[in-house]
Amino acid sequence: MQDMRLKLHIWRQAGPEAQGALRTYEVTANEHMSFLEMLDVLNQDLIEKGEEPVAFEHDCREGICGTCNMVIDGRPHGPQKGTTACQLHMRAFKDGDEIHVEPWRATAFPIIKDLVVDRAPFDRIIASGGFVSVNTGAAQDANEIPVPKADADDAFSYAACIGCGACVAACKNASAMLFTAAKFAHLEKLPQGRVESERRALAMVEQHDAEGFGACTNQYECEAVCPKEISVTSIAMLNKAYRSAVLKTRETV
Amino acid sequence: MSRFQRLLASSIGAKVGMAVTGILLSFFVIGHLMGNLLVYQGRQAVNDYAAFLKGLGPWLWVVRAGLLSVFVLHIVLAIQLKRRNRAARTVGYAKDHVNVATVASRYMVLTGMCVLAFVLLHLAHFTLGWIDPATHAVTEKVIQGGVEIERHDVYQMVVAGFRQPVYVVIYVVAMVLLGTHLFHGLQSLFQTLGVRHPGYTPTIVRVCRLVAVALSAGYISIPVGVLLGLTGAEGAS
Amino acid sequence: MQLDSKIPSGPIEKKWDNRRFELKLVNPANKRKYKVLVVGTGLAGGSAAATLGELGYQVEAFTFHDSPRRAHSIAAQGGINAAKNYKGDGDSVFRLFYDTVKGGDFRAREANVYRLAQVSVNIIDQCVAQGVPFAREYGGYLDNRSFGGAQVSRTFYARGQTGQQLLIGCYQALERQVKAGTVKMRTRKEMLDVVVVDGEAKGIITRDLVTGQIERHYGDAVVLATGGYGNVFYLSTNAMNCNVTAAFRAYRRGAAFANPCYTQIHPTCIPVSGDYQSKLTLMSESLRNDGRIWVPKKAGDKRAASDIPESERDYYLERKYPSFGNLSPRDIASRAAKEVCDEGRGVGPGGLGVYLDFADSIRRLGEDTIRARYGNLFQMYEKITGENPYRVPMRIYPAVHYTMGGLWVDYNLMTTIPGLYAIGEANFSDHGANRLGASALMQGLADGYFVLPYTIGDYLATQKPGAVGVDHAAFAEAENEVRARTERLLSVNGSRTVDSFHRELGKLIWDHCGMARTADGLRDALQKIPALREEFYGDVRVPGSGAALNQELEKAGRVADFMEFGELMCLDALTREESAGGHFRSEHQTEDGEAQRDDENYCHVAAWEYTGYGQKPNEHREPLVFENVKLAVRSYK
Repeated sequence: MQDMRLKLHIWRQAGPEAQGALRTYEVTANEHMSFLEMLDVLNQDLIEKGEEPVAFEHDCREGICGTCNMVIDGRPHGPQKGTTACQLHMRAFKDGDEIHVEPWRATAFPIIKDLVVDRAPFDRIIASGGFVSVNTGAAQDANEIPVPKADADDAFSYAACIGCGACVAACKNASAMLFTAAKFAHLEKLPQGRVESERRALAMVEQHDAEGFGACTNQYECEAVCPKEISVTSIAMLNKAYRSAVLKTRETV
Repeated sequence: MSRFQRLLASSIGAKVGMAVTGILLSFFVIGHLMGNLLVYQGRQAVNDYAAFLKGLGPWLWVVRAGLLSVFVLHIVLAIQLKRRNRAARTVGYAKDHVNVATVASRYMVLTGMCVLAFVLLHLAHFTLGWIDPATHAVTEKVIQGGVEIERHDVYQMVVAGFRQPVYVVIYVVAMVLLGTHLFHGLQSLFQTLGVRHPGYTPTIVRVCRLVAVALSAGYISIPVGVLLGLTGAEGAS
Repeated sequence: MQLDSKIPSGPIEKKWDNRRFELKLVNPANKRKYKVLVVGTGLAGGSAAATLGELGYQVEAFTFHDSPRRAHSIAAQGGINAAKNYKGDGDSVFRLFYDTVKGGDFRAREANVYRLAQVSVNIIDQCVAQGVPFAREYGGYLDNRSFGGAQVSRTFYARGQTGQQLLIGCYQALERQVKAGTVKMRTRKEMLDVVVVDGEAKGIITRDLVTGQIERHYGDAVVLATGGYGNVFYLSTNAMNCNVTAAFRAYRRGAAFANPCYTQIHPTCIPVSGDYQSKLTLMSESLRNDGRIWVPKKAGDKRAASDIPESERDYYLERKYPSFGNLSPRDIASRAAKEVCDEGRGVGPGGLGVYLDFADSIRRLGEDTIRARYGNLFQMYEKITGENPYRVPMRIYPAVHYTMGGLWVDYNLMTTIPGLYAIGEANFSDHGANRLGASALMQGLADGYFVLPYTIGDYLATQKPGAVGVDHAAFAEAENEVRARTERLLSVNGSRTVDSFHRELGKLIWDHCGMARTADGLRDALQKIPALREEFYGDVRVPGSGAALNQELEKAGRVADFMEFGELMCLDALTREESAGGHFRSEHQTEDGEAQRDDENYCHVAAWEYTGYGQKPNEHREPLVFENVKLAVRSYK
């Protein structure tokens, strides 16, 4: 196992209001470590030296909880396609590399500390309409409504979103359209979800806008960095649904 | 708030507005090129077409007013979106990386502003004759219905204009930028309007990009052709 | 302390109906006067909070994550069991009940398990209505797969991300209630104590992880849905932040802790690659549907897998357990892997691994079918190991995965502290000594959607809403204790990091209270853990302050609780002089190395009562009575 010496430039910011800056650190890693394990090694070092460790969020380290979030060399979650930072392994780097590590940058995601940002707007977008209005116990038998396999598979591919926010981080406009549209498309593809389609499109898009995210500019950087490789077809679906919902809705405008 | 206001106030709606006005402006760009290409058929074709347009009288003004409002709406929405987008990220990355975004898509505002500047220049140059009055103020005499009339010699104006390299350079650069703008804009508007399908979207994208390049090339061919003497032989020096 | 399991009367299939009729109800108009605190927002907590909100209670839901969607339920891969019998292959509520009791090695409470099997069918209905995109067949109907410990196909799944899809369904339901105003979501708040007023749970103390504020929250009842304690081992498949703190704090306040020694070691995880390793990654059990597990017959065989001919391979699960084969229950498959590795036949670096080989299935079904079934798992394996499992067999090794033990609860899911409930993995109730695959999701959702929302009303109906406020002395006292503990951790300023202590504790527990346990080993651990704990309090270094985001401080508090909890676990393991499910005492095995239960002396739940720091806790026993399933030697041969 070959050791690799790396130079890291990491964004350090003591608190939400504090002035942040990139600080440079050196760390020795090996190719079997995950990127976050490499940061663990750095942090253990820092603590032993009496410095404050780098704050970064992480939890499952299996690429599914969506907690980890960092921009590695300008790419959310780093250079490997379809991979979260926690699943990125150091074999994607080589000895002597310099690596920049920065937080998600978006006005809607204010920095809490170092690489930790506040992604609460995502919850509010879901709360605005990203659900099916069914109370516990009100459901009919699960096989009552057959769903074409292709639709169920499509719905799944959108529902696979882990809510990490990489789409926002990658978009030059810090737009959360892929996140918003993925949830919309997931429910739109299922008969259970379609009932509330119009209300959902209106509420979710307008909440997205109210949170201060930018507009989608059809560059598809979001799709390129999405660790779950969610398709921008969802955005086209939402574009169409929102337009037609505004023009058709019987809600008082 | 009316439905349309509500639509245009949203991020998606503003993009829909951009797309719809973009379509209309693209039709104009195509139509205008059709007219311009008459240069290749010679003086009469160009000047007849110019006279036909002028002969529309008040209808011409209706068309112009419509075109102007579409153009203004396109710009106003662009400004609205740009302000939203700029506010959405105030601090950028120390190290940035572009994955798939095309150059065209990244400079839409810049290419758009250049096209706007060019349009103003073009109006001042060929429509109003403020920039080069001598070249603009040319007429020809033709017999129409047995009567000799004097009309604007658009053909001569264009040929004389493009025999000056400085204008050729300006026009060529402007048309490259217009083509760049359309290279992203045309295919992008399908996505904005919700037309996307794994089966046919790749074709739409290819065709749109081809159209953008063709339009740009078509426009460029005229000044370059005139300058190199490939066309415009009928024009006086 | 009296353990009253409050099992309803009547035949087993009538018990839940009877109980629902007996339970006191809260009038719909009064529900909004009651405040319920739900701690944890995974499948159990999220579904409970959403359902209580729908019913009209005022709910406050707490998570230490930035969003309820991050809870570790999200990582469950394989599926969720339900007795739908959509396959027509002989499944029924009774069979699911039977399989679960047997799979749990006859150490679960019959009545609870039966109820679990009953409501399992409602869960699937509910989830489909919410838009959970379960796998479907071409006809549009739901698909099922098989899982370990069962001979019917009853597992519903959404590719290898079933937990994620169920949690997102539940999260959506929860956010809907947030919007409706019935649930107040408290994110980035970690519960650090339960407030007990006159013997009843009336609130919690939390630390705001962003501002560091210690806060008091009042509730007419408190629900803990805070998951399992697998991270006591340091390396486990649990998420990094999973911890025992909430349950352990409740234990210190008087809630009995049941069967802490029942831990599940999952047979199919990616082996450890180095000492920097921070966690282990599970490869879904569903892989055992198509993968064959083997090791070389010869010890110390260093040849590459492809160079070992068929005749020199030992498909040891198929050999030892012909009728269940590769789909033997988790405890059995794990122990079998440990045995072959102990014999020196393990593969990969360090010899701690066995092959999970798909070559036969790929030949039989084609690579595309295998990709459709397990594509994301294969991808994950390749990302972590850098090896392509379509070409070379996967290497797997058992790892800590789930904890069957938890807070003792009665049939109504209430702990021994009135007003304090525990649901999901945080309680001990349904899995006995071993949990079957695809049953954790089922239990979490059963508790949260279909059980707790009924049973909690029975308690609330006896309470005057808002009877005590946060200015009660008990709140002040609990808050001061939390402050003192936090300050103590910050003030040590020693030389070792929290992680180094956690790693040392984990290794100690893995070595002595892991896949196989001995009396000597456990006694040894019981000596070493208190010493390590003293060292921790004397030499830990927690940088930074308590007044801001401080991840080291969060970890330190959790590790401090693991330091005490680990001791309880070892004590329970030492006291249980038998082998059952995930608890394997080497002294108690049959001639062919299988777990040997002692039904005469240990057919009970061991519930521990806290008696003070460093003091030996009191053991209480709830006898287990089997009226519907005959106690038998569990056989999967």
